Amino acid sequence: MFGTAIIVFREVLEAAIIIGIVSAATRGVPGRMRWLVAGLTVGLVGSVIVAASTDVIASLASGVGQELFNAIVLGIAVLMLAWHNVWMSSHGAELANKARNVGASIREGRSECSILLVVVGLAVLREGSETVLFLYGIAASEGGGAREMLFGGLIGAFAGVAVGCSIYAGLLRIPMRWFFAATGALVLLLAAGMASTAAHFLIQADLIPSLTSPLWDTSSALPENGLPGMLLHSLIGYDARPAGMQVIFYVAVLAVIGLGMKLAGKTRNSIKVIGAI
Amino acid sequence: MKNAYLILLLLPLTVFAADADYTLVIKEHRFEPVELSIPAGKKVKLRIENKDATPEEFESYSLNREKVISGYGNATIYVGPLEPGRYPFFGEFNKATAQGVIIVK
Repeated sequence: MFGTAIIVFREVLEAAIIIGIVSAATRGVPGRMRWLVAGLTVGLVGSVIVAASTDVIASLASGVGQELFNAIVLGIAVLMLAWHNVWMSSHGAELANKARNVGASIREGRSECSILLVVVGLAVLREGSETVLFLYGIAASEGGGAREMLFGGLIGAFAGVAVGCSIYAGLLRIPMRWFFAATGALVLLLAAGMASTAAHFLIQADLIPSLTSPLWDTSSALPENGLPGMLLHSLIGYDARPAGMQVIFYVAVLAVIGLGMKLAGKTRNSIKVIGAI
Repeated sequence: MKNAYLILLLLPLTVFAADADYTLVIKEHRFEPVELSIPAGKKVKLRIENKDATPEEFESYSLNREKVISGYGNATIYVGPLEPGRYPFFGEFNKATAQGVIIVK
């Protein structure tokens, strides 16, 4: 039962952390809760479909379909988070000050909501399909203990959701002045971590070179299967034994989104200056 | 649908692959062979066949690999090039029995 709880906890934790951060980051966007729930629903339904078609996906692209699928899902999520951060750099402050009229913020909030829908949906889809498969395996296997293990799974899921909720609640306590800078930084690291994981899948599928693997090994100091390692993995993409290519992906995404945020922020300021003149 | 097109786009990339082939079999939640020897400094194509009805996840921290294999399904994983040493792996869904190690010589 305990083992089941841990496995499910791990899967749920990753999705819960992503959801906790993006729902905090979209604070003030009207109607976001509806979109969040829609994302969850789409993700859960998608998980079952993906789990049921594991065979089909796996056999695609001469046996590396699963890696490709994961990499594509992560890639789309990275693009969405990048878009979110750039958008927030130019509008976040106004959203925070509620200086805008309601009509404009709803119109602009709409693109934010679709980002929320996609990111939440994809996070649930990726982690959820593995959980569904795992629980299906337990339920399908003969012999006693199945019910107990499913109960363990429930506990694991609950614990994962609790962590996600605490991250959300914790972020909301950050004073408004620093709030969007803080969530922006978290989303940035989240996106970079996802890019590194996507690279990991592409290396596993032999689609891109690993370029020195591992580049470093911190598995004895901070193992990825321990709780701190697990949390850091979900939050900032920590990998105890990353390949060189993963680090390149990480840094590249960090740099590109960071630059985009800077440029978007500048544009806003210059518009303000022109307005003042 | 967009995803399907993307997958198709990437298909040609997989043509130049196959280095050496090694096979692991999962049966009654155990790996066979339990110890698999592969050469050092070479990329290796590892094929995993699941003879069980239930899905399994091949996972290894030291190899930095993880992949779900459906019931009665097959999977391909590329590992290496690796330094000589022992690289344990396990089946995440049945950790109690599904344990093995890749020995790189």
